[in-house]
Amino acid sequence: MVDLSVKLGSFEMPNPVMPGSGTFSPEMAQIIDINRLGATLTKTVSRELRDGNPPPRVAEVECGMINCIGLPGKGLDYFLTELLPQYTQYSPPTIVSITSTTEEDFAAMARDCTVPGVQALEINISCPTRDPNGGNFALQAEHTASTVRGIRAATDLPLFVKLSPNAGDVVSIARAAEEAGADALTVANTILSMRIDTDSFRPSLGFKTGGMSGPAVKPIIMRMVYQIGKAVSIPIIGCGGIVKAEDVVEYMLAGASAVQVGYASFRNPTAMVSILEDLEEWCDRRGIARIADLTGAVDDDLETDTYIAAAAGI
Amino acid sequence: MTETQTAVFSTKPHVVGDDKFVDRAPAASAEETVTTVLSNDWINDEYKHLVVTATPKALTAKPGQFFHWLCPSPDEGDLWLRRPQSIYVVDPERQRLEFLYKIVGRGTKGTAMLKPGDQFNIVGPLGTGFSMAPDCKNVVVLGRGVGLATLAPISQMIAENGVGATVILSARSPELAMSGDLFEKAGAEIVTVTDTDGSSDLGNVEAIIEDRIAQGRADAFYTCGSNRLFMLMKRLGAKHGIPGQVAMEQIMACGLGPCYVCVRTFEIDGVKTLKRVCIDGPVFDMQEAMGW
Repeated sequence: MVDLSVKLGSFEMPNPVMPGSGTFSPEMAQIIDINRLGATLTKTVSRELRDGNPPPRVAEVECGMINCIGLPGKGLDYFLTELLPQYTQYSPPTIVSITSTTEEDFAAMARDCTVPGVQALEINISCPTRDPNGGNFALQAEHTASTVRGIRAATDLPLFVKLSPNAGDVVSIARAAEEAGADALTVANTILSMRIDTDSFRPSLGFKTGGMSGPAVKPIIMRMVYQIGKAVSIPIIGCGGIVKAEDVVEYMLAGASAVQVGYASFRNPTAMVSILEDLEEWCDRRGIARIADLTGAVDDDLETDTYIAAAAGI
Repeated sequence: MTETQTAVFSTKPHVVGDDKFVDRAPAASAEETVTTVLSNDWINDEYKHLVVTATPKALTAKPGQFFHWLCPSPDEGDLWLRRPQSIYVVDPERQRLEFLYKIVGRGTKGTAMLKPGDQFNIVGPLGTGFSMAPDCKNVVVLGRGVGLATLAPISQMIAENGVGATVILSARSPELAMSGDLFEKAGAEIVTVTDTDGSSDLGNVEAIIEDRIAQGRADAFYTCGSNRLFMLMKRLGAKHGIPGQVAMEQIMACGLGPCYVCVRTFEIDGVKTLKRVCIDGPVFDMQEAMGW
């Protein structure tokens, strides 16, 4: 039997499969055994109450979906007293996703969330549904660095910084996050996108634009995980379009140490558990003793004939 | 090297009738299930009646709850999100679920193509359904169009609780006034109002409801399917202090609560707040719900 456990620095997981932020809550206990997961991850918490964006908040597109939820929530105090205990009652370690609009408050949020039961923080500097232009800290290296530096000084919890696929040069943002003290990188958030209804001539989403997820984005995020993996020495959490065990393997080969599953749970609410079972079977079939060995194991030796030929344009 | 077995999606739903199935989350109230289609017949030009096999967990569905359908595609593309569908009849004796659905978009068009013997993946039962106070003696049910299918399971509630009911079926034409047979069997008085003879006019519907209130035959209201009729019932409920419930729709993604896609605005003690149709509803307090 394969050893499925993985580590993100000091953060240990019984297996590499966790939900993507915003796609999971303890309400999933209606349909899965939450104790099977590698970790639980909260919906992103803001300090104040947020209603989120006007509906419709989702649009179906080819090979996935666009959402414009807009980070609704009842605020930090409600989260800490009412919601957090619902997560920590389960055995997988709890990661709390936080966001803010200012660097100072981001650090204060991290300090306020450094409480018993919270085992890591995911720093959501990349949500595209808060600002119609998709603007956020993760679009620029200097904003990423100063935000993460402030948070790093405010807490000793492991920090997983969630990057944006909408940044022009995501590798330099990743480097900036690492230098500022990130313990791991979540790669990546959703991709800015839009759909227009050709019957009504109206945008399909209430917020007009949104973030795309689902199988369509997987090859795009895969490239980011691969290139970031070559550029940083901290672990990567792969996130984007995973719907089956082989997708997890692919992300790990590209450089990820763990993964997040989002869209797949909407199509098949039991997906995370099924993926995990298939992953175990896949490893056993392939004789993989430790799943952690897959991380970065892509065979990308450029000295092969094929690549030389390709490089020469033959 | 071993050949990788690549399915498009990782999923191991409960297959109805599979004795070897192991429930991986026995404490869970809902499940992802592959049912078998028993029939899928047109009942008029716009609606079909779908009957599928059901697991014991699926048969725990309560009136007003829904199932989240993984609809087959009606065309060369695929569908990427499920479609919520309220339950029409729960039949524990024959271990079946029945749905009555209107063919509107790609999801229901694809579902309309299902034939007896086909497999159909559904998730449920989900959501918070209708409730009836123990001291309730008489209710007024008011529905229109596809909302009549959602209201149909109330017929089971009134039969079980021995409650009297006036059921007002509003429709464009008489053949679209569905669910009357189920309520009739439960002993309800059926009033069909239609656009074709003008009886569905709001003033007439209001007069019918006011009459039942005057007779002391309206301890609770139930409605679904029309914003205008909902607003009427809400107003009469507030005027006479009669509690009521409304079943609502919204585009959904997860159907289980986490994603916050399916929100609607509610007003509670003067404060506007958002609630999720999938888990806080789809059935809501009529006075807290707002028009759509």
